Amino acid sequence: MSQQRIDDLQPSTLSMALSIGLSAEEYHHVCRRLERTPCYAELGVFSAMFSEHCSYKSSKKYLKRFPTTGKRVVQGPGENAGVLDIGDGWAVAFKMESHNHPSFIEPFQGAATGVGGILRDVFTMGARPIASMDCLFFGSPDWDRTATIVRGVVRGVGHYGNCVGVPTVAGQTTFLPCYTRNPLVNAFTLGLLRKDEVFRGYASGIGNPVIYVGAKTGRDGVHGATMASKEFSSEGELERPTVQVGDPFTEKLLLEATLEAMRLGLIVGIQDMGAAGLTSSSFEMAYRAGTGLEIDLGQVPVREPNMSAYELLLSESQERMLLVALPENVSKLKEVFDKWDLHSEVIGKVVEGNSVRMTYQDRLVVNVPVELVTDPPMADRALVPPGDLKQRWFLDRNRLLSTSIAEKFQSVVSDFNFASCSKLVEQYDSMVGNRTESGTFDDAAVLRLRDIPEKKVRLALAADVNPRVCWLSPREGGRRAVAESALNLATRGAEPIGITDCLNFGSPENPEVMWQFEECIEGLSEACNALKIPVVSGNVSFYNDTDGNAIFPTPTVGMVGLIEGPEALPKASFYSSDLEIALMGPLEAGLGGSVLASRLFKRECGQPDDTDLAVVERMVKLCMKLRKSKIEAALHDVSEGGVVCASLEMAFHSKVEPLGFELISPAGAEADRVFFGEALPRMLVAYAPSDRVTLENMTSQSGIAFTVLGQTNESGEIRLRQGGANVLQQPLAPLKSAWATRWGKLFQ
Amino acid sequence: MKAAVITFPGSNCDDDAFDTLRRFGGFEVQRIWHKDRPSLEGVNLVVLPGGFSYGDYLRCGAMAALSPVMEEVKRFAEKGGLVLGICNGFQILCESRLLPGTLTMNESQKFICKDVSMRVEKSGGAWATGLQVGEVVSYPVAHGDGRYWIDEAGLGQLEHNGQVLLRYSDASGKVAADFNPNGSTANIAGICNERGNVFGLMPHPERATEHRSQHGLKLWKSIQTVLTGGAA
Repeated sequence: MSQQRIDDLQPSTLSMALSIGLSAEEYHHVCRRLERTPCYAELGVFSAMFSEHCSYKSSKKYLKRFPTTGKRVVQGPGENAGVLDIGDGWAVAFKMESHNHPSFIEPFQGAATGVGGILRDVFTMGARPIASMDCLFFGSPDWDRTATIVRGVVRGVGHYGNCVGVPTVAGQTTFLPCYTRNPLVNAFTLGLLRKDEVFRGYASGIGNPVIYVGAKTGRDGVHGATMASKEFSSEGELERPTVQVGDPFTEKLLLEATLEAMRLGLIVGIQDMGAAGLTSSSFEMAYRAGTGLEIDLGQVPVREPNMSAYELLLSESQERMLLVALPENVSKLKEVFDKWDLHSEVIGKVVEGNSVRMTYQDRLVVNVPVELVTDPPMADRALVPPGDLKQRWFLDRNRLLSTSIAEKFQSVVSDFNFASCSKLVEQYDSMVGNRTESGTFDDAAVLRLRDIPEKKVRLALAADVNPRVCWLSPREGGRRAVAESALNLATRGAEPIGITDCLNFGSPENPEVMWQFEECIEGLSEACNALKIPVVSGNVSFYNDTDGNAIFPTPTVGMVGLIEGPEALPKASFYSSDLEIALMGPLEAGLGGSVLASRLFKRECGQPDDTDLAVVERMVKLCMKLRKSKIEAALHDVSEGGVVCASLEMAFHSKVEPLGFELISPAGAEADRVFFGEALPRMLVAYAPSDRVTLENMTSQSGIAFTVLGQTNESGEIRLRQGGANVLQQPLAPLKSAWATRWGKLFQ
Repeated sequence: MKAAVITFPGSNCDDDAFDTLRRFGGFEVQRIWHKDRPSLEGVNLVVLPGGFSYGDYLRCGAMAALSPVMEEVKRFAEKGGLVLGICNGFQILCESRLLPGTLTMNESQKFICKDVSMRVEKSGGAWATGLQVGEVVSYPVAHGDGRYWIDEAGLGQLEHNGQVLLRYSDASGKVAADFNPNGSTANIAGICNERGNVFGLMPHPERATEHRSQHGLKLWKSIQTVLTGGAA
């Protein structure tokens, strides 16, 4: 960055502090506690660590509301990743994190380094990463830069994950105008490890050396954490030098070397140098262990000459780790990293006391108490519900009733989000590691753990959020993000065991955004409590605004499930042309927040139905039971676009030819609400007609409604009927072709 | 039967190959680090796995071809040992001239990961004993640089010698440009050397063994049959 060079030891001023993101209150707090003025290098430390991104100063008190305990929880929030026990001494570590702003400024590198960061978070825990998911939110496809951003992000995700060799197995891609100048890239990774071999970020053991490993440090990403903690203007291009550059090859070496060193018992504590690089890793490791550190910044391997201490402290160069080892293991550790052609340098040691002291070129440039840095003053933000909520909930019933089913059908199936993701996901290696049993196109991915062949356990992964519903009713949006993910897992007969969340919101300085945030947290917590699913890790990304416009609240949930026993998975599509199709769950659902309402009224509108979480829980159990039974059936969760889109997807993913199907809205029911309504939980099930009685009994025993809607056939058409009348009849082929090619133009 | 899987810096399908050969190929498998110069005495099959050796930063496979271990692999091949290169392993075999031709960026300029069908072009030998000419196998591909290229003279040689083992096709075995995922010359998915003991292919048989088509089992079966003295 071509900023004017300020000496590391120059005493700071208030205006200096303000210019790098600290508030006046924060600056005065530091001066008061230090009983002196911090020097420039120290100011950099405070600026990064007090940033929203590192300090969670606006969100922390709300995050405490999440249920974070449970019999499987080995490590809850607060570490590099959460860890859950999956039995027989094995565990999984996982987390989801955002890399939003960098992905707008430089889509390819932004997305790539997002994947790199989350991979490091997971292998830092001692886990071998075995699967990733990516949740991407892009703006209007009509904006001239959207395609460029999409291409860059998808290429970036693929470039990094493919090269390191971690398959991208599932995710979500959503296009909505609110993301036009603020795309979201939420990357999730899960790793496998032994339950009693979890590594943590502790700088323990007085006298133990502190070791820097991985890539050299450059000036890239200086102040990245601060960038993530302010709003964007459309001149965001000027920020490009703060985007880091990723090197997945080095990451792969770092991954192997780190796991090897762990296996050999050479590591006491370890942390990834992520946001705020060396600063956050050193202070946080000391904080957790209750120790002090002495660091000689002159020992840090650099790739550029004349770097200041300030820059060394705040660089966000990628593929670096900080670790603590026993003195006698240093040479063995060096051997391991040498083998993988990586730098490892002792840069300091763990000391008594509670301060971090850093020297550079024989000058003491940082000398501050750990807690002053890691416990910044919390922000007390105002919360105000939006004044126009009632207007948002208005839905023009007359207009709805006067539009034909055929017109409504047309508007829903031509929605840009109703599209095959194949053009996108085929750019990701979804199978490397050879554990992917199914994924990419289904509601949830399933991994077979070949690492434990004797144990017949499989993992299921799903991620979900419905931003439209979150904007109309943030609390319901929070509930649905959890419930929908659980139902996605349920389609594979999996039991949900834990979640990570990535909370993307506008500026916390906007009271309406803070209200959305609190409401979403409430909804997420309600659902987690009802379904007994703990939150074990997560991340908050505020300031997703451009030119004062906040994105829709987007609390993305990544959920992990377990599938026990060798029974086959339920099918995901129409597997024959002589099946019966039924709906499990309420026959009718509201149109508030639906795709139909959005398309018909050209705005997001209506009040979304509240999710009955008790029924969701019963539905999940029912699907688990269904897999264990001998009944062959295909399951697909009904979400955006209602029964119509869900049934079309079951047809489009089918290999059966010729194939058609017919659905009937029973007499007395409102066809709009049957076909296009969106509420949870509703699940389409297709099965051989001879299994109807058994299925119907199982479903009603679970206290869940069961309505036969129709059947598959060989007509090659979709037919919708309302009572006795035919209300829609269309050949499937052109519909499928439009669905399959809709996103193609983005990649030309 | 003993197999050795070589790990280069950046290999990422080495563990997949190791696991598959052990559990489904009936092999006792050893891992070899590329900087080592191990004796390949007693080894029946050497596998160069998929991945991004050296990050693919030069030409794919070019740096790995210069690794110390490749000297041993060449000697092993000269003595008639079986060498299988999958994906990046195929690229390394071409770069080290154990196989003719080269692999360049996919015609689409994009990484592609999906199942592909391939027509078996030659029966018998280490790699296709038990398979019939015209039979179709399906493995996944996952590569950015899988476009096989060879000049006309070279192609003539390959065809004449029967070195083309697999060609991209549709599920019925029809070979046409529409079914070519990367723009490879003559839809070539996999070739062997003239002697028939070195085989390179872009698709991943090790990923079609437990999951997906399970057609990879046919390849392991063929190798087993030949190594244990069955029909060659």
